[in-house]
Amino acid sequence: MTSLTADVLVIGGGLAGSWAAVAAARAGAAVILVEKGYCGTSGVTATAGPGHWWVPPDPDLRRAAIDRKLTPAAGLADPDWMARILDLTWTSLPTLEGHYRFSVDEAGRKQYRALRGPEYLRAMRRLALEAGATILDHHPALELLQHGDGSIAGARGLVRATGEDWTIRAGATVLATGGAGFRSHLLGAANNTGDGHLMAAEAGASISGMEFSTAHCIAPARTTMTRSMSYAFARYFDTDGCEVPIPPGPDNNREIAAALLKGPLFCSLERVPEDVRRLLPQIQPNFGLTFAREGVDPFTERFEVTLRGEGTIRGSGGLRIADADCGTDVPGLFAAGDTATRELVAGAVSGGGAINSSWALSSGQWAGRAAAERARRAGRRDAELARPIGQAGLRPLARPGGLDPREVERAAQAEVLPFDKIYFRQARTLAASADRLETLWRDTADHLVAMGSDRLRAREAAALVATARWVTHAAAGRTESRGMHYRTDLTGRDDRFAARQLVEGLDRVVTRYERPAAATARLEIAS
Amino acid sequence: MIELVVESRCVGCSACVEVCPTGVFDRAADGRPVLARVEDCQTCFMCELYCLADALYVAPDCENRVPVDEAAILASGLLGQYRRDSGWDEWEADPSKSNEHWRMEGVFARAARAPGGVGPGPARVE
Ligand SMILES: Cc1cc2nc3c(=O)[nH]c(=O)nc-3n(C[C@H](O)[C@H](O)[C@H](O)COP(=O)(O)OP(=O)(O)OC[C@H]3O[C@@H](n4cnc5c(N)ncnc54)[C@H](O)[C@@H]3O)c2cc1C
Ligand code: SF4
Ligand code: SF4
Repeated sequence: MTSLTADVLVIGGGLAGSWAAVAAARAGAAVILVEKGYCGTSGVTATAGPGHWWVPPDPDLRRAAIDRKLTPAAGLADPDWMARILDLTWTSLPTLEGHYRFSVDEAGRKQYRALRGPEYLRAMRRLALEAGATILDHHPALELLQHGDGSIAGARGLVRATGEDWTIRAGATVLATGGAGFRSHLLGAANNTGDGHLMAAEAGASISGMEFSTAHCIAPARTTMTRSMSYAFARYFDTDGCEVPIPPGPDNNREIAAALLKGPLFCSLERVPEDVRRLLPQIQPNFGLTFAREGVDPFTERFEVTLRGEGTIRGSGGLRIADADCGTDVPGLFAAGDTATRELVAGAVSGGGAINSSWALSSGQWAGRAAAERARRAGRRDAELARPIGQAGLRPLARPGGLDPREVERAAQAEVLPFDKIYFRQARTLAASADRLETLWRDTADHLVAMGSDRLRAREAAALVATARWVTHAAAGRTESRGMHYRTDLTGRDDRFAARQLVEGLDRVVTRYERPAAATARLEIAS
Repeated sequence: MIELVVESRCVGCSACVEVCPTGVFDRAADGRPVLARVEDCQTCFMCELYCLADALYVAPDCENRVPVDEAAILASGLLGQYRRDSGWDEWEADPSKSNEHWRMEGVFARAARAPGGVGPGPARVE
């Protein structure tokens, strides 16, 4: 077994985790970043190409940009947090110069806003190494370690190639394991199984906004290629060749889901302009890969399409953020990127398209810096006793064995991936899903276990069940429609619920609303 | 899913083993990849991007294994397409492979203005 110590442990090396490692190392901390896959290719940014929220530091422009996003956020976002991420995004991206080759437009202006994923994450890896961080690839974390006083003492995990254990003691820990994508075949999301959500909940953290988890992305059928730009020009047809009236993208996934529930759906991209077609391989080099290999010309031939569920990835829910440094409810534990709730900056709608990557970049740096500061103040405390606190999938409560992690995974997926269950939520089906997930969770907690490297699969299955359960409880608990959470039985917005909703607990899940800002103000006046 | 390692091209650098995010490959003694866990492949094409020898072929189907014909794939010119179109390595200085990713925002805007488009909407990049 490998035993290491550090000031700061970062779990997850996607966009948020790599920014966290850079910031913590620059603040003088000894940093170890552990990544389930490879820091540079893993996570949903590496396979995509994020545009950031990019607004010049002109007070009027910034205010207007925030105002535009506050309306869809439906009362759940906070303009101060939005201003903070705008500011840090603007000053951070140019610092990648030297590691990322920024393009220049016709007028000679550097284009910082949108970066290609593989190049961006390759640059982040180099930046983190240059800052002095240690990166351990193929070292997934399985569980957190906790001190007697409840604070987090590091983590334990395994080395994928050998199945051996590692333990890392650290003064502070940053969770940046991404969102929970439910293995829907969303591009680059297979590792995003909600491990961080489960680990944090075991330590007592609250989770917020899990009902905002209905995003989907279009892809050619049987592929992962969720690169949606060209579909902004798409037309759709059924098996008989009749056009299906679906409004143009990007915000038409509910209509696409409704069509897919009726039968196969075919897409025509004949409206994509000639010059865009020619430039596409240079804009999105992976978009054409699947077509070329199938021998299909997407601009002249119709092809079958599907939707890939995104779970919480381009939703907005995640670990509750308790302070301005991205601390969670658990001392010594920070959350960044899609692991954290993005309601603060996106509210009730998807933060995809600009806000999520600005949040990952910003929350990563705040969490990294604050973790370094905490470690400096409190020390590594690595001589003190610390207890591993993982349960489901690791330490069965009853007779171990008899459960196949892949079967468990499929059973969880069956409650959160079918389009009708996600896009057309209603009390009756949510209650039935919650019942089935309750049984599945019980079985998982009681019996699921594996040996060696297979422990990862078992733990991922447990995390998938846990997150599916929270999503379902949260969707049932928000008895209205708001933002991306749509209930067919309660289609209107109800102002009594203009607040963030928390889900808590593993043994028993409870939901409660954080007190709305307006109510707090009224109480203060009254007292 | 990954279906093919072209042994005649592979130089045993192990880059693919290192960068695969889902641990699909084992490393053979000579550094070459062994397709050990194909069912874990997330069809992300990252291994192809990092293979300087263009020796890997990821089939587009992420749901089912598909048979592949090595000779046909070698003849198709498909190997190395991602690395080439990305302008990596030996293609880096080629102006026809420049990174035009930043134009995405403009493309969305054009789609919104096009006949049947949604009109000027919020700028959107993916
Ligand atoms: C197709 C697509 C397009 C997008 N486009 C945009 C856009 O244009 N603009 C925008 O703002 N946002 C966009 N987003 C969202 C944006 O990509 C995410 O918000 C961002 O990647 C979040 O970064 P992250 O580090 O939190 O998660 P990720 O980048 O997903 O990284 C999470 C990392 O944690 C690792 N990990 C997981 N579990 C463990 C474990 N147990 N131990 C160790 N490591 C672990 C994973 O392997 C992964 O590398 C897009 C998302 C998708 C899917
Ligand atoms: S990256 Fe390519 S050349 Fe290197 S080991 Fe893998 S297949 Fe062989
Ligand atoms: S496509 Fe992605 S997951 Fe599959 S082998 Fe290649 S790098 Fe690994």
